Amino acid sequence: MSDLAWLHGALAAARPQAMAALLRYFRDLDIAEEAFQEASLRALRNWPEKGPPRDPAAWLILVGRNAALDSVRRKAREAPLPQEVLISDLDDAEADLAERLDGADYRDDVLRLLFICCHPDLPATQQIALALRIVCGLSVGEIARAFLVGESAMEQRITRAKARVARAGAPFETPGAAERAERLAAVMAMIYLLFNEGYSASGGEAPLRSALCDEAIRLGRLLLRLFPAEPEVMGLTALMLLQHARAQARFDAEGAIVLMEDQDRTRWNGPMIAEGLALIDKAVRHRQPGAHQIQAAIAALHARSPRAADTDWPQIAELYRALEHHMPSPVVTLNRAVAVSKTEGADAALALIEPLGERLSAYFHFHGVRGAMLLDLGRSAEAREAFDRAIALARTPAEAAHIRQHIDRIQAEAAQGSTK
Amino acid sequence: MLYTILCYHSEAIVGGWSKAQDDAVMEKLDVVHQKLAAQGRLGPVARLLPTSAATTLRKDSDPPLVLDGPFAETKEQLLGFYIVDCDDLDQALEVARELGQANPGGAYELRPIGVYHSSTLPIDANP
Repeated sequence: MSDLAWLHGALAAARPQAMAALLRYFRDLDIAEEAFQEASLRALRNWPEKGPPRDPAAWLILVGRNAALDSVRRKAREAPLPQEVLISDLDDAEADLAERLDGADYRDDVLRLLFICCHPDLPATQQIALALRIVCGLSVGEIARAFLVGESAMEQRITRAKARVARAGAPFETPGAAERAERLAAVMAMIYLLFNEGYSASGGEAPLRSALCDEAIRLGRLLLRLFPAEPEVMGLTALMLLQHARAQARFDAEGAIVLMEDQDRTRWNGPMIAEGLALIDKAVRHRQPGAHQIQAAIAALHARSPRAADTDWPQIAELYRALEHHMPSPVVTLNRAVAVSKTEGADAALALIEPLGERLSAYFHFHGVRGAMLLDLGRSAEAREAFDRAIALARTPAEAAHIRQHIDRIQAEAAQGSTK
Repeated sequence: MLYTILCYHSEAIVGGWSKAQDDAVMEKLDVVHQKLAAQGRLGPVARLLPTSAATTLRKDSDPPLVLDGPFAETKEQLLGFYIVDCDDLDQALEVARELGQANPGGAYELRPIGVYHSSTLPIDANP
């Protein structure tokens, strides 16, 4: 790996901690960002020559803070502070700062940085865009490409989001336990939204947008370092790892959806699955089940099955029932119905699905699943109707193409029947 | 003399590598592995899963205390390691507790292994 790749890796790794500390110091997102950028520029000039500092985050905080103060003072026509070339020799200052960073401050700093991106007034897409820009450090261009919009549109979106956050004022007092739990829940929800932005992409977009999944997993791991004993954080990170592990097998060469039961399981990512399973293992020991853990446990059962036929459907149906209890939603019931269809048959599944019609009438998967159950029971005409409604609601060409296959099969069977 | 080489690096940096970057590093390392293996000098090699997958058993209290996360104290030093085949974390903790009864004090960090190559050393290789 080249020096430059190492440098960029080190800068990206130090970013959340450094940005979080600079934000606490300056209490202004723009100044914190400028300070971090200036420090990064100086690091690019300085580190290759002098070697990387012992603690890159501490170096960036110190240099960023001084550079920002320097520029303020320069504007005030005062004497500048020493340059970073001198500062980086002041090992004591760096060590002192590094020591202070180790404290609980660091955890609340980074949580705050993530939390200000989750302002309830910001629409989900703006929360995610802001987190990608501020915490992950993606460029506006990179974010725009992942969201499939123009760069200037994304620039505006982020500027508006920042202005909104600035007006709201970031919460700088140290949070109490209840407040910290609330912030953590909001941040976890935002991270899972970010993950799903990438995960729900399909076809030609999928490779571009799967970077969003990588960033979400990175944030999940960051959160785990801050809260190593929170089972729901373990569950969330495990869930994302186990789902993203299937990325290579979810679409065929033409970009068409490959259902889990038809996926080539040798293309699933082994190390990601191993990490996800290990996290679930740890979470279960706490005996505090939550929605993320249960979903991860379901994903784990799929990941543990060498072949689709080995899937433990009774256990999955049971877990969906538990999930309904933690997170009541017709979509969860729909998923339980799919598991029930494997254990008790399409009849039992359809009985669960029909009452959801009113609430899920505009949901693609509702009609798709319902059609598949009807087809299974030989009720082709009704199945055809359900598939037609599904196609009308498809959000991506891959979804539409998948339903089209069912319809083609019904038509082929009908044609065969009439020639008999 | 048998030597252990313990690998340290910033997890945030290594975890940030793309798959292509990671593969490239592993490929370069493999060249060195192959050379040592051909000479019959390579023992088992393991790449551990991230520290977020780690659990620590403090065996200086009775009963031993199970903590989430890696071993983080700097007052104690790494003195050795085991590689044990276990079905899950509970089973691994059972092994660690038993070892802890035989040798109380200090801590064990339990960390799942991501990549494992078995030993190419002659079976009777002595330190």
